[in-house]
Amino acid sequence: MSEKPVNHRAWFMVLPVVALVAFSAVLPLMTVVNYSVQDTFGNNQFFWAGTDWFEQILSDPRIHNAFLRQILFSGIVLIIQVPLGVYIALHMPKKGVWASVCLILMALPLLIPWNVVGTIWQIFGRVDIGLLGKTLASLGIDYNYTQNPIDAWVTIIVMDVWHWTSLVALLAYAGLRSIPDAYYQAAKIDQASRWAVFRYIELPKMKGVLLIAILLRFMDSFMIYTEPFVVTGGGPGNSTTLLSIDLVKMAIGQFDLGPAAAFSIVYFLIILLLSWVFYTVMTAEDAKEAKQ
Amino acid sequence: MARITLSGLAHSYLPRPKVPQDYALKRIDHEWEDGAAYALLGPSGCGKTTLLNIISGLLRPSEGRILFGATDVTDMATAERNIAQVFQFPVVYDTMTVYENLAFPLRNRGLKGPAADARVREIARMIGMEDRLDQKARGLTADAKQKISLGRGMVREDVNAILFDEPLTVIDPHMKWELRTQLKALHRQFGHTMIYVTHDQTEALTFADKVVVMTEGEVVQIGTPAELFERPAHTFVGYFIGSPGMNLLPATVEGSRARLEGGEVALTRAYPALSGQVEIGVRPEFVRLGSEGLPVEIRRVEDVGRHKIVRAALAGRALDIVAPEGAAIPAEPRVRFEPGAVNVYADGWLVEGTPREREAA
Repeated sequence: MSEKPVNHRAWFMVLPVVALVAFSAVLPLMTVVNYSVQDTFGNNQFFWAGTDWFEQILSDPRIHNAFLRQILFSGIVLIIQVPLGVYIALHMPKKGVWASVCLILMALPLLIPWNVVGTIWQIFGRVDIGLLGKTLASLGIDYNYTQNPIDAWVTIIVMDVWHWTSLVALLAYAGLRSIPDAYYQAAKIDQASRWAVFRYIELPKMKGVLLIAILLRFMDSFMIYTEPFVVTGGGPGNSTTLLSIDLVKMAIGQFDLGPAAAFSIVYFLIILLLSWVFYTVMTAEDAKEAKQ
Repeated sequence: MARITLSGLAHSYLPRPKVPQDYALKRIDHEWEDGAAYALLGPSGCGKTTLLNIISGLLRPSEGRILFGATDVTDMATAERNIAQVFQFPVVYDTMTVYENLAFPLRNRGLKGPAADARVREIARMIGMEDRLDQKARGLTADAKQKISLGRGMVREDVNAILFDEPLTVIDPHMKWELRTQLKALHRQFGHTMIYVTHDQTEALTFADKVVVMTEGEVVQIGTPAELFERPAHTFVGYFIGSPGMNLLPATVEGSRARLEGGEVALTRAYPALSGQVEIGVRPEFVRLGSEGLPVEIRRVEDVGRHKIVRAALAGRALDIVAPEGAAIPAEPRVRFEPGAVNVYADGWLVEGTPREREAA
């Protein structure tokens, strides 16, 4: 490739974007930073607190537990949704009317607002009036998401799988559709098994979109708030209190602005860090091959 | 290895074909002899690839049967047919190394160990990639990838046939020659039945024992390169093969004389009364430029090195002549056609005629 011309005046072109981002992201974030290092008792009076809030947050068992629950939730969600999404994509019709029908049906859950999804499942699972809850009860299965932590977990995971597997499936489907027919024909000629076709043709070609899917699903599930909040409200007890639910409890329920602000920043950094780790690990192989 | 029989085979991509134009491949009955090298020659869109994909089982024909030896394979899957095929554009398994790519068809058939390893290395040497066996396939250039595709096609020794679908399109000219020579060598060595699809006549004529010429979904002639050159069965073969192609001139044929617009030509065979559009065809190589015969008008002379191509007109109709390198162009040019080299066509198809009795004898 030829050498690119260097012109530092080009930075001026970026200025409008910088200004916009400053207003929409940097300034609000700075307010949070401001809260996280000060204490206030109202009346707009602030006292310097240094790193006290951070130390408190990082050593708080309540937050440790919420963090572990969050990791568990994201982990389970990824482990179910990614293979399931790929499986669905592999079995969707490739063309014709049914392909369109499938695409629309798959896209529907993605179009439903979070709190509506929460409400749907909240009612769906109720033992007294919900279709799911009542059916399970009449089958003799003791299911009650408001009383039993396991049932609550199963409910919010199934709900998230229902809501978001489509995203993985649609992305994987797009990846699959971009594979030329010649690859499948060559595989038939080479007498490759179904597994070999998946392993050596489909999976490598889907890698790019799957990487995006995993990243998106990780970030979204790690930040999830509305749906579990509507269904379980973090309960029973604290069993489904994920990080964001805990954060809202702390900030708005208890009005502990300082610790909540420190919590927000740590939360943000964790997502940033984990996303970076994910991305780096998953693209490392590409980079290695590119060097060859 | 087996003889491949096509019986009443036809294919249409439409669900209910009616007129002949609906067929991508018109009815064909043919036997591909075991161990022969065939070329399937024709312009783009003539049904070559369709025919190839039917033989390999990627496509199920809408009519007719295919037999490998005595076994009917019409409804058999590609994998069961044990056939190798190389496609026009390179297909490699990106995540595998060159070695793994070449070994893949063997591994899928459960072949491992030193014999398989030796085979892979032999093929790698043949395609000139033995020093890059451990490299990942994805970073390679298009022609390196196509060489791997070729290698994968040739690596199995027990295949019923090897099919090539314009495999050298993306290869650079120098390598083309070399690979084609190697394919021939491979054919001589192992005796696989090979069917080679191409639209390049040089490729077809140098590769094959027998050339199958197709146009518009129809096989118009199957013959040796010499037969195609000397006695094209169809006017299409006449002008598609040869450079320049055969001259075709409208004529009326009576017995053993053909009357053209510019004069009369004696034929070595006698013909019955012909109906339809009658033409005589004569290759530029068999047209002699001199001071006798039919008067022509010279339009242009192209010197292509070994000989000259004279673009002339006979009574307003284009007539190409191949003249020797040093030949002089006469001031009042006239042409004669070599006796025996004039073919007669009715509605495009060759009319055999009966050899004329020697008048002198």
